[in-house]
Amino acid sequence: MGRITLDQVSKRFGDVEVIPPLDLTIEDGEFTVFVGPSGCGKTTLLRLIAGLEDVSAGQIRIDKQDATMVPPSKRGLAMVFQSYALYPHMSVRKNIAFPMRMAKIPADEPTRRIDAAAKALNLTDYLDRRPGQLSGGQRQRVAIGRAIVREPSAFLFDEPLSNLDAALRVGMRLEISELHERLETTMIYVTHDQVEAMTMADKIVVLHAGVIEQVGSPLELYHTPRNKFVAGFIGSPKMNFIEGEEAAKFDAHTIGIRPEHIEVSGEEGAWSGVVSVSEHLGSDTFFHVHNTGLAETITVRAGGEVGFRHGDLIFLTPRSDVIHRFDAQGLRIA
Amino acid sequence: MATQDSQPADGLMAAPAASGKPAASDLGGTRHARAAARLMMAPAVILLLGWMLVPLTMTLYFSFKKYLPLRGGDLGWVGFDNYVRFVSSSAFWPSVQATLVIVGGVLAITVVLGVGLAILLNQPMWGQGIVRVLVIAPFFVMPTVSALVWKNMFMDPVNGLLAHLWKAFGAEPLVWLTQASTQSIILIVSWQWLPFATLILLTAIQSLDREQLEAAEMDGAPPHKRFAFITLPHLSRAITVVVLIQTIFLLSIFAEIFVTTQGAFGTKTLTYLIFQRVLESQNIGLGSAGGVYAIILANIVAIFLMRIVGKNLDA
Repeated sequence: MGRITLDQVSKRFGDVEVIPPLDLTIEDGEFTVFVGPSGCGKTTLLRLIAGLEDVSAGQIRIDKQDATMVPPSKRGLAMVFQSYALYPHMSVRKNIAFPMRMAKIPADEPTRRIDAAAKALNLTDYLDRRPGQLSGGQRQRVAIGRAIVREPSAFLFDEPLSNLDAALRVGMRLEISELHERLETTMIYVTHDQVEAMTMADKIVVLHAGVIEQVGSPLELYHTPRNKFVAGFIGSPKMNFIEGEEAAKFDAHTIGIRPEHIEVSGEEGAWSGVVSVSEHLGSDTFFHVHNTGLAETITVRAGGEVGFRHGDLIFLTPRSDVIHRFDAQGLRIA
Repeated sequence: MATQDSQPADGLMAAPAASGKPAASDLGGTRHARAAARLMMAPAVILLLGWMLVPLTMTLYFSFKKYLPLRGGDLGWVGFDNYVRFVSSSAFWPSVQATLVIVGGVLAITVVLGVGLAILLNQPMWGQGIVRVLVIAPFFVMPTVSALVWKNMFMDPVNGLLAHLWKAFGAEPLVWLTQASTQSIILIVSWQWLPFATLILLTAIQSLDREQLEAAEMDGAPPHKRFAFITLPHLSRAITVVVLIQTIFLLSIFAEIFVTTQGAFGTKTLTYLIFQRVLESQNIGLGSAGGVYAIILANIVAIFLMRIVGKNLDA
């Protein structure tokens, strides 16, 4: 069981309110991702849930029990840190055994759990090595192993993949998702990478300056962002925002159109511009279009290989059914 | 996944290979530069070598001679007589014991209190900079001065601060340097060396990853276990360095004994014994033999120190 409820939780460091009072419920077994730009308070929020920081006000409940004043070790949560925080002087086996050693779990049980975790994480051959002798991905798995053996009611991940190279990151992302499918335990995952959020989450919590901007499934956030911030943060490349006359045609202060929702043509279209940079990925082609008179740059994504070059005139037509409309405050107009 | 992971982090492997051998050493310009560098270092190296070799050679030379400056001067070669006499004298084993007790006592006090102080000084607090400077201050006091200050201002049985403290509680003041002479010297020397231990251990403790302590906290380790399982192992290398460096310097403490007990009441260390042999007994040959024993002892410690410091630099 691992249902976590935050009730009017806030955090201030001195005079600075990092997290204004917020409410949030994380259901049992859910994979929740906190996502937001650097300094938005997502790590602080995770540390509040872990108990590594004290809340300034409000209540944290884990499985209906008030855990606000409960010390971290008694909350039944396991955390995987950004730096992995492995104990360098202990072997992998001892690292993984450490939580059980502290909890004084008797006799054979630790060995059984370590072997099971090592097998699940492909660490069996490395159990007697020190963390210093392992690669980044292996260290990451040891950190996860150390969390698993505690059999916690929820896992907390603090940007666990940010120290890995791109290829490894994709692999570990899959492994963590598979782990969640297998264990069906609540997981809270902090990242600044919206791709990680979109691919892994059951529920995404978008944070901005300590405030929850929107909570929802990845596709909800993609299709119906509640405001301009969420619209711009979710989706890659970023959504194009157009203000002024063109937006007024749609009865809005600002309209947003995703790069993949614009058709390109060499002959005719609603808008026209000059290609500044074209990025060919094989599967897709991205165009950065200038001189449209709408916004400084319009980013367009065309499927497959499309042969516009720098300086070419290009015509753009937005798909009118997927235009997002926002009012002067940046909120979505339904 | 497995194939991507199986190679260890590149940086770790590549660094020693890259730094181990200067790649450009075959180039003419570089060779020229290295020759010039050697030439410029030569005066310092020759001076240091002379500084070390001349006294060492003289000590070795005298240790094989019967040399009594006030009783006939150089009386010729005597082989290993001096070495045998130094070890078989009744003062030798007590002096070894006194040396070990003093060195061991000071090491124990400075390491234990040093770890404690380092942990305290690592906590954020008001006036941290000033407190740290004050803690380091005793290290800058000359041994002779500090011993005199302790002897006259603290341990004096009539006017000393400690005597007043004892009287305040109605107790008979202790005659420190007579009744607890070894302990007094350990106290004085510990006071001098505690700052050194604290400083080294403080820098070591500052490099401890905060997330490791937090991870241990999440793993259910209470503060004393976090200290035992995380902080102390992290400090182990720094403690070894402190122990070895201090040992080398503590083996040769002299001023503290000279200005307080003059080697009486069981405080005659090996160093002090050598001094007495040379200057009080006016037997340079015998003292030199003792000096050679001391050199051997210090070098055994130094070898261990070099190995550990060297390992530290590699890691």
